[in-house]
Amino acid sequence: MNVLNEWAFIGVFAVMAPVFPALPIVIAWLFRPRKPNVLKSSTYECGVETIGDTWVQFRVQYYIYGLIFLVFDVEMVFLFPWAAAYNEMSLFGFVAGFLFIFLLTDALFYAWQKNALDWK
Amino acid sequence: MDEICTGLCRLMVDSGAEAGLAQFVSLLVGVLLVSGVPLLTVILLIWIERKVAARIQDRIGPNRVGPIGLMQTFADLLKLLGKEDITPTSADRLLYNVAPLVSFASVVLIWAIVPFTPFHYGVDLEIGALFFVAVASFGTLAIMVAGWASNNKYALLGAFRVVSLLVSYEVPLVFALLVPVMLAGSMSMLDIVNAQSGMWFVVLSPLAFIIFYISSQAETGRAPFDLIEAESELVAGFNIEYSGMKFGMFFAAEFLHVFTNGILMALLFFGGWMGPFYYESPLIAFAWLGAKGGVIYLTTLWLRNTVPRLRIDQIMAFNWKFLVPLSIANIVLISLALKLLQELNLAPRQLIGASIIDMLPATIVLLLINGALTMYLLGILRRRGQEARREAQAAPAQFARATAATAD
Amino acid sequence: MELNAISIGFVVFTIFTLGGGFGVVTTRNLFQGTIWLMVSLFGVAGYFILLSAPFLAAVQILVYIGAIAILITFAVMLTRSVTRVKTRYIRLVPSLLASLALFLILIFGVTMPIFGGVSPELAPATVASTRDLGAALVDENGYVVPFLLASVLLTGAMIGAIFIARDDSA
Repeated sequence: MNVLNEWAFIGVFAVMAPVFPALPIVIAWLFRPRKPNVLKSSTYECGVETIGDTWVQFRVQYYIYGLIFLVFDVEMVFLFPWAAAYNEMSLFGFVAGFLFIFLLTDALFYAWQKNALDWK
Repeated sequence: MDEICTGLCRLMVDSGAEAGLAQFVSLLVGVLLVSGVPLLTVILLIWIERKVAARIQDRIGPNRVGPIGLMQTFADLLKLLGKEDITPTSADRLLYNVAPLVSFASVVLIWAIVPFTPFHYGVDLEIGALFFVAVASFGTLAIMVAGWASNNKYALLGAFRVVSLLVSYEVPLVFALLVPVMLAGSMSMLDIVNAQSGMWFVVLSPLAFIIFYISSQAETGRAPFDLIEAESELVAGFNIEYSGMKFGMFFAAEFLHVFTNGILMALLFFGGWMGPFYYESPLIAFAWLGAKGGVIYLTTLWLRNTVPRLRIDQIMAFNWKFLVPLSIANIVLISLALKLLQELNLAPRQLIGASIIDMLPATIVLLLINGALTMYLLGILRRRGQEARREAQAAPAQFARATAATAD
Repeated sequence: MELNAISIGFVVFTIFTLGGGFGVVTTRNLFQGTIWLMVSLFGVAGYFILLSAPFLAAVQILVYIGAIAILITFAVMLTRSVTRVKTRYIRLVPSLLASLALFLILIFGVTMPIFGGVSPELAPATVASTRDLGAALVDENGYVVPFLLASVLLTGAMIGAIFIARDDSA
């Protein structure tokens, strides 16, 4: 199997994968009772009607975690090929990867020092 | 899957079918065969999950429908089919309906790269290990979409918490995943399993396995990380507005994800299908994989049913201040030690096909390093625990003093 | 058959990319816009697969759908109630000119031999594996300097982001 054939398999799989959960939902849609009323399809909160918009302002901490994760995510992307090539790597390349991880840890410690990792 | 595909393909072409169509049909058959495994197991998993939870909680669990309650899932399915499916009027209809599909599909797609036996697998992608991390990110997005599209404050809050938890724990997960990739020198799942012929990676780096285990427990949103449900605080979390079969799909996805993680851990750290006589027959190899994955799966159920839920600040602190630094330290130490051993010709440069004797010095050194790191960590944890206990004991006294001061 | 599969894939991914882009510019809802953007970027990931660069495709999905989408949503939620933007900002002529200029620059950059040209003969016959990529990243004759610079850049980005986003009251 060549590379593109492999991905054709993944492609067919990706098309089929949402079909599996869709099937029971569609079957249920055929059989289920339909008796909606205003109260039933209102937002489920606490018995009282919802006050205001759902769009409330969220904490900035979510965003900071997202940011730190993004940086780590990009770093990991670089580390994967490094790890894959690890066995045939020269000592120099190995040290380069080391330096890379070291700088990453640096950023983590900065965030730690600045209390950016605390849930506030 | 390879030989089945080409075989079926040839058969169809010989009987006069068009080549393109034949290839497509054989791909489809392959997909159905591979995805049949998770789809059939998920039916059994729901029963196992309920039975195990019941036993741990000193109950009997489902035992009415069929022998020892085995048909319970089908009864549930029938009940769910007859349930009214309520879509809230304020929901974003398109996204609301797509989210459960994506959530389930993202878990099923992982199975495309799972090698069941040395010869039976969907595909062996060159980027296999990265593939399942990438696919899992669709699941994260699905939760976010579900929470937002429900247009409910609890749902959105639940989704936000869960998503920030999921992305946070993805960092140690991937760093732990780097260890098998590094040891095998490849991201292909087949290579990773084959590289464990000498020694299972769990022996070479138990810490990487433990980090992977903890973070995958968090990735599935199981206790002690079950902020996804958090019944007492968030009612039910991101899926609060879902009902009927769509709700069922979120849950099926979760059950399947837990088992999928068990299988992945078996592949990455426990040698996959390797075991006595695995080369005799593919069935034995498959049984070994299933047994290993099943045992890991059962321990996650055990963990889920015995530990309490943590607060979100504790979960985040545990991740960023403990797991992430630990996973980085782990990969640094392991890569350093292994490189030194390789330079000294004490460890093979190619683990695929290496025998247990080749691996012996490396195993001992890496185990010692892991042990030392663990001892150091246990020391830290013990100190922290003692501090926390002292604070907790001091707290009531302080509180009493404070109230006394205000009373004056 | 092989050409066939590629062309089907190309059509599908083009629909994803362009359709997603169209969704981004037409929806009035920021969150839906984010999802459309992800659809578009998913299409781009598909292009990478068609170009035999599966690693880049995985990176595309991991970084954009796994991280950027989440980050944009968090950022959108930091703002206040902008679900339904009522006011319309119509700057037809300037935006038309800007997009046309960008299009021309891109066409020029891709077709003219500035960055090595697009002649198919220049493409190497063998497809590099991820292992080759990793080896090249840390090779002293390869890309070790950009590799480390990327690390410095990321560290700087994280420090800067935390410095700006940090709540000073705490």
